[in-house]
Amino acid sequence: MYKIAVLGDYDSIYGFGTLGLDTFPVQEAEEAAGRLHTLIENKYGIIYITESLAAKIEKEIVKYQEQLTPAIILIPGVAGNTGKGVENVKKSVEQAVGSDILFGSN
Amino acid sequence: MASTQVNPTRMELTRLKKKLITATKGHKLLKDKRDELMRQFLDLARENMALRQKVEAGILSANKNFVLAKAGMSEETLRTALMAPKQEVYLSASKKNVMSVDIPVFDYQTRTADANDIYSYGFAFTSSDLDGAVKSLADILPDMMELAECEKACQLMASEIEKTRRRVNALEHVIIPETRESIKYITMKLDENERSTQIRLMKVKDMMLEEAHKYSERAY
Repeated sequence: MYKIAVLGDYDSIYGFGTLGLDTFPVQEAEEAAGRLHTLIENKYGIIYITESLAAKIEKEIVKYQEQLTPAIILIPGVAGNTGKGVENVKKSVEQAVGSDILFGSN
Repeated sequence: MASTQVNPTRMELTRLKKKLITATKGHKLLKDKRDELMRQFLDLARENMALRQKVEAGILSANKNFVLAKAGMSEETLRTALMAPKQEVYLSASKKNVMSVDIPVFDYQTRTADANDIYSYGFAFTSSDLDGAVKSLADILPDMMELAECEKACQLMASEIEKTRRRVNALEHVIIPETRESIKYITMKLDENERSTQIRLMKVKDMMLEEAHKYSERAY
């Protein structure tokens, strides 16, 4: 049985706690990277992470991209949407097709 | 050029011909795989984008609600209210095979069936904005689950397509032309050998006739 985690700064994620997701408030990149690894070892199937934090530990996230679990999904934080999540979708289209033919115009 | 390094023998020629057939077959199959993967991927990517935009909008408005709720009460009250969540979410993950790519299928259950268990606090000390905020976040949870599944599938398929595309290109532009070149080289070399043997035999026959009968076949 897998669990679901939410990583990010406290203000962005405290609400998810009420839904029954496990929230882990972190600020620093190193702390976040360490936390990410422990979470993955502890069988978290989905890890939601705020865009601003994800930007700091992108290298760590890319490592897990080709594995079946965990799914590391970016969500916008309380500070606003950085567009990183949408950009990642575009990037995967670009990786597959060679150029972004779907969302290139917007 | 690689073709200069092959042995011009019949055995090598047979081997290369077999290799060419396998490569062509493989190329066709991989190309089909790539096309089908691509078709499915594009659908999935569109869905992914739509879901993402929906979820991002949802989270954004939920965050706004939370900020408002926070403004209406003290930080301590808020933290206390959300300290001990009542609800829990269990996730079970299985996998589905799409064109030899394993993609995850997430299924989640909440610990209790009661939708009101997301409110982990008594209503006495919190503002009603908080209830709305928590509800708005709970509403997008199913979409977030779907997004996780969809986005992961997209990532996995994208990398598989990339690999397949490289294989197709390598076969199409390197392996198959090189093998053809080698086959051509060997055929030409063998033909050349045959011709030279023929000429040698003719020459020898000439010389033998000359020796035996002082007679030349050739008319001078």
